[in-house]
Amino acid sequence: MGRYLLRRLGQMIVVLLGATLILFACLFVIPGDPVGSLAGSERSRDPAVVEQLHKRYGLDKPLIVQYGTYVNKLVHGDMGEDYTQRRPVAEILGPKLVNTSKLAIAAIVFDAVIGAGVGALAALKRYSLWDTVVTLITTILVGFPTFVIGMLMLNLFAVQLKWVPVIGDPSDPVQVVLPAITLAIIDAALVARLMRGTMLEVLRADYVKTAIAKGVPRRQVLLKHVMRNSVIPVVTYIGISFGSLLGGAIITETIFNWDGIGMAMSTAIQQQNNPIVVGVATWGVAIFVLLNLVVDLLYAMLDPRIRLS
Amino acid sequence: MAKSEESAAGAALLQVDDLQVEFVTRDGVARAVNGVSYSVGAGETLAVLGESGSGKSVTAQAVMGILDMPPGRITGGRVLYRGQDLLTMPEEQRRRIRGRKIAMIFQDALSALNPVFSVGWQLGEVFRVHEGMSKKDSLRRAVELMDRVRIPAAAQRVNDYPHQFSGGMRQRIMIAMALALEPDLIIADEPTTALDVTVQAQVMDLLAELQAEYNMGLILITHDLGVVADVADKIAVMYAGRIVETAPVHELYAGPAHPYTKGLLRSIPRLDQKGQDLYAIKGLPPSLLHIPDGCAFNPRCERAADRCRAELPLLQAVLDEDGADLPGRRSACHFWKETLHG
Repeated sequence: MGRYLLRRLGQMIVVLLGATLILFACLFVIPGDPVGSLAGSERSRDPAVVEQLHKRYGLDKPLIVQYGTYVNKLVHGDMGEDYTQRRPVAEILGPKLVNTSKLAIAAIVFDAVIGAGVGALAALKRYSLWDTVVTLITTILVGFPTFVIGMLMLNLFAVQLKWVPVIGDPSDPVQVVLPAITLAIIDAALVARLMRGTMLEVLRADYVKTAIAKGVPRRQVLLKHVMRNSVIPVVTYIGISFGSLLGGAIITETIFNWDGIGMAMSTAIQQQNNPIVVGVATWGVAIFVLLNLVVDLLYAMLDPRIRLS
Repeated sequence: MAKSEESAAGAALLQVDDLQVEFVTRDGVARAVNGVSYSVGAGETLAVLGESGSGKSVTAQAVMGILDMPPGRITGGRVLYRGQDLLTMPEEQRRRIRGRKIAMIFQDALSALNPVFSVGWQLGEVFRVHEGMSKKDSLRRAVELMDRVRIPAAAQRVNDYPHQFSGGMRQRIMIAMALALEPDLIIADEPTTALDVTVQAQVMDLLAELQAEYNMGLILITHDLGVVADVADKIAVMYAGRIVETAPVHELYAGPAHPYTKGLLRSIPRLDQKGQDLYAIKGLPPSLLHIPDGCAFNPRCERAADRCRAELPLLQAVLDEDGADLPGRRSACHFWKETLHG
């Protein structure tokens, strides 16, 4: 177990290095001068100032040297300084990460509780009106892009009904609901369908018959024997869907003006504020890889047939 | 331990009476069980013999109350346990009988045991559900049970999961689970089919030994004539959802009174036939969606006559050559006399 964890953590570092290197290379080949605008508009720019800025941010060095500097600083807990505010990246992104976390956790809870719950009920009441409605709605939802759902929700609840303000305030727990649902709803639909399918399969399993033949009350058969087996794929799915959740956060936060790392990322890309872009990506990859490890550990806990090695 | 005084040997513990089960499928109604009657007493072993699709397992599942409904439905008949009809009794009352009075052993222990719970947990569940036992006590009883079915190092293995056991050991765990509350009746649905031949005999012997010890009734569902010969008292042969012949086990082997049984017995490979072609009953069992008119076996029967295609033969008494009744023997063949004596 200890060795397994060590190996997984080692793999994490490799993934992190690889992901940031690819990102660095991508940003390097993007045309345009990321710091040029700091020296004034394109016409009035003083080449000496531009050169000075390049020197300051290390942009005059070859890609691999820039990358090496970045990694070296990262190891020492320094994520660099951004181009527009000239403040440490970690300091800028810290509070934004908290805001995004609120959104992401609310979204995952929504996926797990509502998604899995709706799917489980559909499986138990197969071919009922409820099941038909769930199948229909989840089919439609899966085909919707996040931004359409977000704008429809914003229009309905903020503009028409005026239940919430148009610009979200992350410190108000009520206001997390709308963006969280937007972020989660497509995954929740997928989770519902996955849960329904898995549960229908588990309900037919021989060991469920064994439990009934043993005289176990129906409620307990469902809550213990059926549930415990049905949640295994759902837990895995929610774990790996975290990546698309981060992607969705960029869109959702932009629509709801939610001051998180997703919105910071989208703004930074437009401004070629590369330290922020790299910073968000580094954290995103780190969280994603770490969460994958947690899912694997959870998976092994839920299914004793899985061996960690 | 044994509760033999509760019921006189031979008195019907379980009586299945004209049971009818069908399944609604997309292609029509499959008539899986068409009026099956049998009974089993304390200490008695009834073997129900038949090919897959003959309705032997479906009958057992209907008795146990674990039939998938829908698509299955019971359209007629009674299942009497000590005179009480299980089919009409309230579910809660029936649940208390399941596992405590009537227990079941399944064919494939790997799929019949829950993969995510330890065997100790699953064995102990019987005690927790029926006797309100604590987790700790139920685990202690689980170890005792595992000892009882001779699983080595039971105390160390009680927290292992089903996949960590061999096939034979898993089937022993299934037996232990069925035995937990010393039920009156055990229904064993092909208990040895999924096992290696060497292990089959061990498991069968264990089952027979425990049955004798606790004086339980046993319904042994199988397609394996070899398994039956050693342990059964009486046999019911099923074909296309009906019983076509019943007999005490040795009489059936000595002289079958139904052409289907005769064919089954002839198709057992024998050592003295080495080098010769194996006998097989021609054709295939009928689709339960379209059971042939008259005798369901007529398309495959060597003796089939016009009467067999028109008139359904009922299960009738079988007489010896002097016209005396042979107790326990019945055949659903118009030509039972010719088959038995001819």
